[in-house]
Amino acid sequence: MKLRRVLAVRAAKLVGKISRKMGKQGVTWAGLVARIIYPDILQDLAGQLRGKSFIVCGTNGKTTTNNLLCSAIEAEGKKIICNRTGSNMQNGVVAAFVLAADNQGKIDADYACIEIDEASTLKVLPRFKPDFMVLTNLFRDQLDRYGEIDITMDILKKAIKMAPDMTLLINGDDSLSVTLAMETGNKYYTYGISEKVFDGDENSEIREGRFCKRCGAKMKYHFYHYSQLGDYECPNCGFKRPKIDFDASHIFVGDHLGFEVEGRRIEANYRGFYNIYNILTAYSAGRVAGLAMDHFQDTLKHFNPENGRMEHFFIDGTKIELNLAKNPAGFNQNIAAVMEDKTPKDIIILINDRFQDGEDVSWLWDVDFDRFQDESIRSITVSGIRCLDMRLRLKYVDIPSKVERNVADAIRERIKNGVGNLYVLVNYTGLYSTRNTLKKMEEESR
Amino acid sequence: MKLTIGHLYPDLLNLYGDRGNIQCMMKRCQWRGIEAETIAYRLEDPIDFEKLDIILLGGGSDREQMLVCERLKEIRKDFKEYVEKGGVVLAICGGYQLLGKFYETKDGKIEGLDLVDLYTVQKKGRLIRNIIIQSDLFERPIVGFENHGGRTYINDNKPLGKVIYGKGNDGKSGYEGVIYKNVIGTYLHGPVLPKNPQLCDYVLKKALERKYGSVELLPLDDTQENEANDYIVKRHQDKKENIKEEILRRI
Repeated sequence: MKLRRVLAVRAAKLVGKISRKMGKQGVTWAGLVARIIYPDILQDLAGQLRGKSFIVCGTNGKTTTNNLLCSAIEAEGKKIICNRTGSNMQNGVVAAFVLAADNQGKIDADYACIEIDEASTLKVLPRFKPDFMVLTNLFRDQLDRYGEIDITMDILKKAIKMAPDMTLLINGDDSLSVTLAMETGNKYYTYGISEKVFDGDENSEIREGRFCKRCGAKMKYHFYHYSQLGDYECPNCGFKRPKIDFDASHIFVGDHLGFEVEGRRIEANYRGFYNIYNILTAYSAGRVAGLAMDHFQDTLKHFNPENGRMEHFFIDGTKIELNLAKNPAGFNQNIAAVMEDKTPKDIIILINDRFQDGEDVSWLWDVDFDRFQDESIRSITVSGIRCLDMRLRLKYVDIPSKVERNVADAIRERIKNGVGNLYVLVNYTGLYSTRNTLKKMEEESR
Repeated sequence: MKLTIGHLYPDLLNLYGDRGNIQCMMKRCQWRGIEAETIAYRLEDPIDFEKLDIILLGGGSDREQMLVCERLKEIRKDFKEYVEKGGVVLAICGGYQLLGKFYETKDGKIEGLDLVDLYTVQKKGRLIRNIIIQSDLFERPIVGFENHGGRTYINDNKPLGKVIYGKGNDGKSGYEGVIYKNVIGTYLHGPVLPKNPQLCDYVLKKALERKYGSVELLPLDDTQENEANDYIVKRHQDKKENIKEEILRRI
């Protein structure tokens, strides 16, 4: 087996190098080649880990949570394997291990933090039994790939049952995640935000999990954060938000974020309420694995995800923020984060409909774009393959927009004629190329 | 003039941007100075069909449809009367399936409203892709996105259109949707109305005519709607592109 392993690792590295030369991320093909040469490569390499392994699943916040967890564990002085680029299908997972191995096929690492696309768990878990599964949340996403959220939950349930010794860490504010965890029978811990942060009631935004998954009755909310997240209780069968093991309180949301957990104050220089969940999740994951997490605040201070999640650029006098927005829950949270900035701004929205984006763009109509009807929004440019659908969506909330199919041209035009404060919101397949474009423009402007 | 739209059970039947259809009808009334109101019904609410001009029945997951179907039995008689008297209904995807006699899934049979003589059987593999159909009601094709595991058989009823690209009712007949009196059933998401203003206006016109007699709708500037519609039609005229998409879908 050793020969096969060595061959697989070397071939994968070569393929990775070649495809990077061709301007791709080079991860998917590397993983595929390794698997073809040696189908058991994942078991083999993962078996060499000295410490614990995590997988991170869930609709939104996987990459940010996983990368933050990885940095936090590194700060505890551990060596780690991580698929930082967010390549989270089977080949991406395999590639994370293969590309971290030396030429003899040896892994020198304590921990692994691997984000996995929900649908890929069924392919990965038979070969790799992690110690912990971190589940961020379950929202409606890319329906044409998964069918429906019920289907996603079934997939996860099946996958989790393949690893009965795996401990789950779930969002206790999400009734869907809790239902799932209870049904699997695996041991689980919860995190959550146990105070009311926003005024306003449960509203039309709750689109999943409004009804109790166990008995079908309508859930009652004591308070409510966003989408279906909050403090819920079923008046019929008594199912309710469980006791929260990692409980965030004293929440601050504004030009930065802050909260308290386990008596520690945590501050982060980000915006967007949803990032409180991402930070809380990463912290809790480390704690569940028995790490002290004493350096967590310090890690946060220096954490720069560099992956297009609220990533900043400065080009010819224009401040630019790039962010991924790929489903209604994520987009609504992004819009809220943009609107935290009260100063004049331009916006570019890029919508693609490739396979990984979801070929169906119906979800655009579940996003509350009417929140962009604000005096501070000086212009909206729509871009990407389905820019015409995006323009039409905005028309029906009385917001005019300009079409520029090519996102680089759209960005250039706004740098030249805009107000110097630009937000670029893109869905999945537009992220990598838009980020590269911005990086290149930033370098050239220096 | 005034239209009242009844949105049935958006709490449960609201997959795939169905509220976009409501937004589209509301706006296109508003732009013409026609008063429009939407009533969103919850499962427990009584429905006064007399006061409704248009009913939107959206799609839900199989599990949610199961929940709705119990309630539908109780309103079936009134709903049937509404349909037979020319009431306008737009039923999308799961809602379309519920119009029929039954929807047979691998877990059991969901009884439908039996408003239109059709039935649905779940089969292996979902029919998922952009879809373009040609209806004899309009010159402009109707475009949308289909995503369904059920195959719907419409017996002798008139289909909404002929499939130009995509799968349609059952993936085989070459037809999509159904028209029965003023009921339109279709698998098309998108949502279907914004990119097909001709269909939206047809629905509005039928509802207004039922209430006020002959009506001419004021023309609107539909450049943006039509350009979004044209894009899908043109994209799938290219056979090579279609093959490429099919290959990418399979890997």
